[in-house]
Parts: sequence; C-alpha cells; structure tokens
Amino acid sequence: MKNDLVLRVVAKILLPFMLMFALYVQFHGDFGPGGGFQAGVIAAAAFVFYIIVYGLSAGRRLAPDRVVEAMLAAGVLLYAGIGLAGIALGGNFLDYFVLGADPVAGQLRGIFWVEAGVGITVASVMLKLFTMFSARARGDGQ
Amino acid sequence: MNALAAHYAYWVTIGLMVAGLVILITRGNLLKKLIGLAVLQTSVYLLYIVPGKLVGGTAPIVAAGFTTYSNPLPHVLILTAIVVGVATLALGLAIVVRIREAYGSIEEEEILARDGAEE
Amino acid sequence: MTEHFAALQVVLPLVAAPCIVLVRNRTFAWLAATAVSYACLMIAVQLASQVAASGPISYAIGSWPAPWGIEYRVDALSAFLLVLVSLSAAMIAPYAQRSIAAEVPAELQYLVYAMYCLCLAGLLGMVTTGDAFNLFVFLEISSLSTYVLIALGPRRQALMAAYQYMLMGTVGATFYVIGVGLLYLVTGTLNFADMAERLRAVEDPRPVLAGLAFITVGVGLKMALFPLHQWLPNAYASAPSMVAAFLAATATKVSVCVLLRVYVFVFGAETLFERLPTGALLITLSLAAMLAASMVAVYERDIKRLFAWSSVAQIGYITLGIGINNHAGLTGAIAHLLNHGITKGAIFVLLGGVALRCGTGSMKLGEFAGLGRRMPLTAFGLVVAGLSLVGIPGTAGFITKWYLIQGAIARDQWWVVAAILVSSLIAAAYVWRVVEAAYLRPSPAGAARGEAPAGMLAAGIAMVALCLYFGFETSFSVGGASDAAADLLLRGAR
Repeated sequence: MKNDLVLRVVAKILLPFMLMFALYVQFHGDFGPGGGFQAGVIAAAAFVFYIIVYGLSAGRRLAPDRVVEAMLAAGVLLYAGIGLAGIALGGNFLDYFVLGADPVAGQLRGIFWVEAGVGITVASVMLKLFTMFSARARGDGQ
Repeated sequence: MNALAAHYAYWVTIGLMVAGLVILITRGNLLKKLIGLAVLQTSVYLLYIVPGKLVGGTAPIVAAGFTTYSNPLPHVLILTAIVVGVATLALGLAIVVRIREAYGSIEEEEILARDGAEE
Repeated sequence: MTEHFAALQVVLPLVAAPCIVLVRNRTFAWLAATAVSYACLMIAVQLASQVAASGPISYAIGSWPAPWGIEYRVDALSAFLLVLVSLSAAMIAPYAQRSIAAEVPAELQYLVYAMYCLCLAGLLGMVTTGDAFNLFVFLEISSLSTYVLIALGPRRQALMAAYQYMLMGTVGATFYVIGVGLLYLVTGTLNFADMAERLRAVEDPRPVLAGLAFITVGVGLKMALFPLHQWLPNAYASAPSMVAAFLAATATKVSVCVLLRVYVFVFGAETLFERLPTGALLITLSLAAMLAASMVAVYERDIKRLFAWSSVAQIGYITLGIGINNHAGLTGAIAHLLNHGITKGAIFVLLGGVALRCGTGSMKLGEFAGLGRRMPLTAFGLVVAGLSLVGIPGTAGFITKWYLIQGAIARDQWWVVAAILVSSLIAAAYVWRVVEAAYLRPSPAGAARGEAPAGMLAAGIAMVALCLYFGFETSFSVGGASDAAADLLLRGAR
C-alpha cells in the first residue's frame, strides 16, 4: 500500500491528529469520557494505521519490538510504583491522599500517573498484538 | 405491551446473552465460537450500564442545579470487563492461529477426528 | 510493613511479572519466581498467625473505607487458603526449571515464569479480596495466565485443551459477573460484608435467586463441579507437568473458596440450606462426581488423565462436605482443600519426573510398566500419594473422609456414608492399576533408568511426606479448617 499516493499522503496528514486525540483522551479522563485504556487504544490505532499503509518493517523501525515490550512492563511497574509510593509515604496501598500537599492534589496526582501507566501499557499491548499477528501471517513469526 | 416497551433494554440484553451462548455451543468453527463469546460478554456490559442511567439523572460530574446524577460505578466496572474481554479475545485468537498451524483446520470435528486417528 | 502484608501478598507477584518481562533472562526469571513464591509463603504464614491470634484483618485499598472502597479481608478461611496456595507455589516453583526447560523453547522460558507469577498473584488476590468485582478481576488474571501456561504443553493436544478451557472458563467468569451484577442491582454494593447485611432487607427474592444461580454455575465451571468438569481432564493431561502440578494443587481449590465465600458468608447457611434445595443439589452433584469420575478413571489408559479424573472425583468430596452443611462436613471440605491440594500436587510433580526421564509424549499405562524397578523412589511416592487418594488411615485423605462421614452421620444421611465408602473402593481400583503396572509388570525393552533430577524428586517426596504428616498431625489442617468453618458459620449472614 505504500505505493498508493493518496493513502500515503492522507496517512501522513492524519497521524499527528490521531496521536493528539489520544493524548487529549488520556488527560481528560477526569472530566469527560476518556482515560488510560481508551487513549492507549487510540494511540495504538495510530501506529497500526501507519503499519498498514507503510508496511511491517517500517513500523518495526518506528517502534522496535524490544522497546514495545519494555514499555509494556514499564507501564505496569509505574502503576504498581504509585501504589507502593502510597505505602512509602505513610498511607495504604494505592493511597492517593498522601501523594500531594493536600488530599485533593494528591488524588489528582495519583490518578494522573496511574492513568499514564495504564495508557502506556495498553498502547504497547495493542501494538504488540497487531505486530505479532501480522508477522505470523507473513511467515516470519517470532 | 407496556412492560415490553418500558424494559426493552433488558430484552435486548437477554436476547444477546442467549444468542451468544447458542453461537458458542452450536457452531463448530473455532472462530465462530469466539464471536459467540464476544456477543455474550457484550450482553453483560449492557446488563450493568443500562440500570446505571437513572431516570432524570445527568452525567456524573458535579454541577450546579442538578441533584440526580447517573451512577458512574457501572461504567468503571464495565471498562474493566471490556479490557478483560479484549485480552480473552486476543488470547483465543492466538490459540486458534496456533491450532491452525498444528492441525491445518479450525473446524472442531476435523480437529477431534485427527486427534482420534492419532490415538 | 507488617500492617501492609494483606496488600503486599498480592502485589509482590504482580510486580515480579513485569520485572521478569523487562529483564528477559530465563535464569533471573526462575530466581525471581522462586524468591516471590517463598516471600508469599512467609507473608501468608505471618497473616495466618495474625488472624489466628486476633481475628480477621481488614485492609482498605487506597484508604477509602469499606464499603466505598475495595477492602482486602483476611479471615480464617482466607488465611488457610493463602497458606495452601503459597505453600504449593513454594514447593513447585524452585524445581520447575528442569521440567520447563525440557518442555518449552529456550527463548520463551522467561515468559512462562512471568505467567506463573501472574497466576500466583491472581489466585492470592481471589482469596484475599472482599469485593465481588475485584474478585472477578483476579479470577480473570489467574485464568488467562492459566490458559497460556496450559497451551505451552509439549503436544499439540495442549492447544485444543487450552482453547476448550478458555471457552468454558470465560463463560464461567461471565456468569459470575452476571450474578454479581444482579446482586449489585438489588443491594447497591459490591463489598461482600455489606452485601450480606443488605440482603437481609431485600423484599423480592427473585433477582437474588437468579444472581445466586448464575454465580453457582459460574463458579462451578471454574471449580470443575460435575457436570461442568469437561475441561479438566484435557487441561491437566496436556499441560506441562509443573503447570499441571501447580494447577491441581490450587486453581480449583481457590474457586471452592469463592463458592464458600458467596454461599456461607454472603447468603448464610440458613437461607441457603433450609429455605432452598441447595443442600440436596450439591449432594447429588457431588455423589455423581465421586462415583462417575472415579469409574471413568478406572478405565483410563493415559496416566495423567487418570489422575485428572481423580481430581474431579475428589472435588466431589469437597462439595459434598459443603452440601452436608454442618460443622463437621464443612471442616472436612475445607481440610480436603489442603489435603487434596498437597496429594495431587505431589502426584503431578512425581509424574513430571517420570515424563522428564521417559520422554514427554503422552504417558500411557504401558510406559509405566516396571517403574518400581527403574525409578523406585518415584514409584513409592506415587503409591503413598495414591493411598492418600483412597483414604487409607495414616494419610491426609483419611482425615477428610473421617470428618465427612462424621458430618453425614450427624445428619442421618447413611446413603452418603455408603457412597463415600463405595467411591473410596473405586479409587482403590484405579490406584491399584497404577501400582500393578509399576511393580508387577516387566519394564519395556530399552526403557530409561534412573530417578528424576534430585530437585524434582525432592519436591515430590517432600509433598508426599506432607501427605503423611497431615495424616497424623492435624493441628494445622483440621484446626485451621475447623476455625475457618466455625468462623464462616458464625460471621456469615443468618
């Protein structure tokens, strides 16, 4: 599909908007529909779109397999880290009240980082699923 | 008739639940079984979210002038359930891909026949 | 730090899994999995002693008080099961390395240990949590990692077994969610303790009964209650040996804990057994499981499937104890969680050793011939564990049957006593088939000699020794079970 001019141009124009929308959904989860999972899926959809138009090897240059796997684990560790930070600062596990100067600021900070962890993990998982299935279909499965 | 019209969402839920189970049980193709599973899980999402919308309730964000808010908890629960459903579907598809590579077919009867012939 | 143990019990394996994925080294993966298993065992023992000393522990996740927040509640039943699950993990994980190395390609082995940590986290979470939906999340965490672990079996039958288990298991989890949804609609809360309170004030019982029915079928699917047991023989027979050992010891037992939690704690023994025919239903299904599954095991040619069918029958004993519904019956049921877990775990660890030595193809009765001469310690361990399955005095299985029979006699259910004895005789029949093949038949020509690697053999013999230990020294198994039963009956709803 990378030989089709219309697809290539439209993909290049749309991709930044898709990623920006993913970030918007990620950060506005407190005030409207959104949050980590939804944003992660939209971000992964942007990468999948790129891979569909430009091919799997171009996609692998953009997001190498090792990096995606590392991000997968890093997101979960970020979430667990916030939980353990709650314990370290004197509260219970996943306690957001102690994370900031006052409880409300603590809640905002806690939710922000936890959703960031979720978003990173979900985006990596969705992208990895797509690349694994398409690599298997092509025959150079891992 | 009034009961039917007033609770149409619950009828849709029950319809989807039974349809999902029937597809899962009666179809022999492994992919179709996974689709039945997905339909069953969708009916569960409806079961939780539909009662969450209270009559006359607004979106669950504190605003002046509103006293009745819809219940936000079912949405959070169903988000979790959707993620679990996605993970299950992905795992199921991965297993089906490997079954296809190992047996050459994704029809349940053929696979069981090949296993039986091997025994 | 000790006041956070209820949360750390679950968080430790949950954090170990992504660490293993980050490091990607299989030796580190095995070391991390082993370290986490031992740490979980120490935390579980500490929690158990704390609960025995001062009553149930309540831990509020996020410092949101129950019932608004998710509450982790460790009571006598939870503590008992935490020790069982972490003990099985601690005994099996350190010695899994050789078995996994023989059955899984080298570059994927670190993922096996990551899945194992996730499974452990899920099982521990299911036991600890006091929130109905949080239980579903942990149920699915443990189930999904279990499906992956089973699909890694050496033969291609493992893929179909994993697929079938996945379908049935997900339907089970979905039914559990439907049941919880109906209960949430009626009571407005997801916290088990709060739900028990609010159910007393409910006027129209129909949604509650529907919810109860859905939860029963859902949890029944996960615990292989007859007739929802179809996935178990294939799954246990095709999985890698150490995976089968871990699952046989833990997965179904934790689902029984969930059933007990919902039945006795949320609904209450009086509602469930006096006003509904739950007791009759459970006893009928249990007797069918005990008798039919044992009969199928007698005619099985594949050794792992034979012991898998035996598991279905033994789960029948556990649900029989619940159905009898008195203190002795419930004690027998909960004690059997530990006794059968240790026995079956021992059997599958020893079978893993046999698989390692004799090739990992399907293990037919023919390959077992002459095992008594080729691998004497393994064969002896299998015989002793088999005696525990039958319920010979001096083994753990006997203790369970003793309490079940006592419970049945207290209820004047003599036919139940007869059924327990008949099923024990049938169990003796299939154990005799294995013993006969191992000791009375000559080895096939060219069969491998020599015991399993020392580590695996030591783990298997240690678990067999525990079978014998719990047959005599019952202060933990029966004492803990009795406390759990009394606690459930006392603190549960009326």
